[in-house]
Amino acid sequence: MNKEENIIVVENLVKKFGNFVANDNLNFEVKKGEIFGFLGANGAGKTTAIKILSGLSKPTSGKAIVAGFDVSRETDEVKKNIGYMSQRFSLYDDLTVKENFRFYGGIYRLSNKEIREKTEFMLNKLGMTDYRDMLLKKIPLGWKQKLAFSVAGMHDPAVVFLDEPTGGVDPITRRQFWEMIYEKADEGTTVFVTTHYMDEAEYCQRVSIMAEGRIEALDTPAMLKKQFGVKTMDEVFVKIARV
Amino acid sequence: MSVKLEIQELNKDFEKVKALKNVSLKVEPGELFGFIGPDGAGKTTLFRLITSLLLPTSGSISVDGLDCVSDFKKIRNLTGYMPGRFSLYLDLTVEENLNFYASIFKTSLKENYHLIKDIYEQIEPFKKRKAGDLSGGMKQKLALSCALIHKPKLLILDEPTTGVDAVSRKEFWELLKKMQKTGITILVSTPYMDEASLCDRVALMQKGEIMAVDTPEIIVNSYAGRLWEVKTNNMFALLSNLNEINDDIRLIFRFGETVHFTTTKLEEDTVSTLVASSLKEKGHENIVVKKTVAQIEDCFLALMEE
Repeated sequence: MNKEENIIVVENLVKKFGNFVANDNLNFEVKKGEIFGFLGANGAGKTTAIKILSGLSKPTSGKAIVAGFDVSRETDEVKKNIGYMSQRFSLYDDLTVKENFRFYGGIYRLSNKEIREKTEFMLNKLGMTDYRDMLLKKIPLGWKQKLAFSVAGMHDPAVVFLDEPTGGVDPITRRQFWEMIYEKADEGTTVFVTTHYMDEAEYCQRVSIMAEGRIEALDTPAMLKKQFGVKTMDEVFVKIARV
Repeated sequence: MSVKLEIQELNKDFEKVKALKNVSLKVEPGELFGFIGPDGAGKTTLFRLITSLLLPTSGSISVDGLDCVSDFKKIRNLTGYMPGRFSLYLDLTVEENLNFYASIFKTSLKENYHLIKDIYEQIEPFKKRKAGDLSGGMKQKLALSCALIHKPKLLILDEPTTGVDAVSRKEFWELLKKMQKTGITILVSTPYMDEASLCDRVALMQKGEIMAVDTPEIIVNSYAGRLWEVKTNNMFALLSNLNEINDDIRLIFRFGETVHFTTTKLEEDTVSTLVASSLKEKGHENIVVKKTVAQIEDCFLALMEE
């Protein structure tokens, strides 16, 4: 595998619900180890696209390849090769930290030994070894999100999809979370992330912005700011998304 | 038609967890007051106490001179509350939800239509639609209409913009500013630090405590120390490299395309040369170091580190 390899390839992707076009002819690629920001207003079609890319929903037409597998035909293979976390759903509140790791490790078909090793390794890294037997619901949101990210990446997937991973998280933990993202990407995992924090758009290598089902802009943050003649990603976003 | 809010030495414990620790503050009539803080700061607990949905462990709250415990019935009539989680009836239509909330307060949609006209007009074409079938933005407008239907003097909005995109957030704040002109007192909570500047005054909250209360201007102007921003061609290495330069270079945080840091002791005119030359030695190029003005998030981060 080399860094230039495309991990996500989307060609003429269309998703319709009845007459409503949720994804209108999307075309883009995401490289191995890239941090790709997937932005857009609420209702622009981001969630629909993420569901298709993670094998949970089939496109109406067009094609998407994730980690070398076709999302329409090889959904099981796609699911084995991706990780997913969101603010709304990540880990199980009524399982302990360790049980969550074991549960997800099992789903991703890791051996017991691998699960044990990964769990220890990640809890050590997060400085959370003392919390292994604590129920998830007792753990503050910021820590929970770091754990969820670790779990989403424990099977070394080709891509992790992060859907608003830092919503409501305090500003220090939010930055630590991005350090984790950088580290994961550095190991070669592609990170596909949505956020409503515009400073976080700056932390992505490339950013796409959706409006009304279409990708209206896609480039590095620096180029997007140049293209729209503005100083911040916030202003770029407002120009594109305010219809 | 606006009211004053007074909170004195308020504490709320949930078993061992101290959700609010000795919170005291006053909100003036007609103010748009923001509670800024992350999840777990105690914002929702505070709002539930003000709306009399919870009882304080100790301390007191008065709304318009009424006590939140003994006069709770009167306070509920004065208050409009939009909880963080959508809590209208999903299987009632837009119109039915509004009529239901109006009837609880012994009024009707017809009688108070003018109060919610600006907001309700935007969802009125869908008035026969079930609340469960509305989009996120429309649900928010319906919830706000329901909170306003009985002409409250105090409006309490718990994280109305969480999970809302940057453009819709701006529109929502424009709406709040417009509502404020009718004289209503508004309390609003948010985890987005950039929204602080839209409030008359804010309380910065963290782990059940208020770290600062003031106008956003005064909070940012009283930032302790000199704040700098730096940018190079290697942003990933920048954080750790900055940390190695001098003990007086503290509070090193990424801010969008730059990194912010704070100095207190170093001579002001030596800082940029010191930082630029040290970074150059470590292989950075295109180094730009300059003084910058604190934002609320800088202040929040500094307070968290204290």
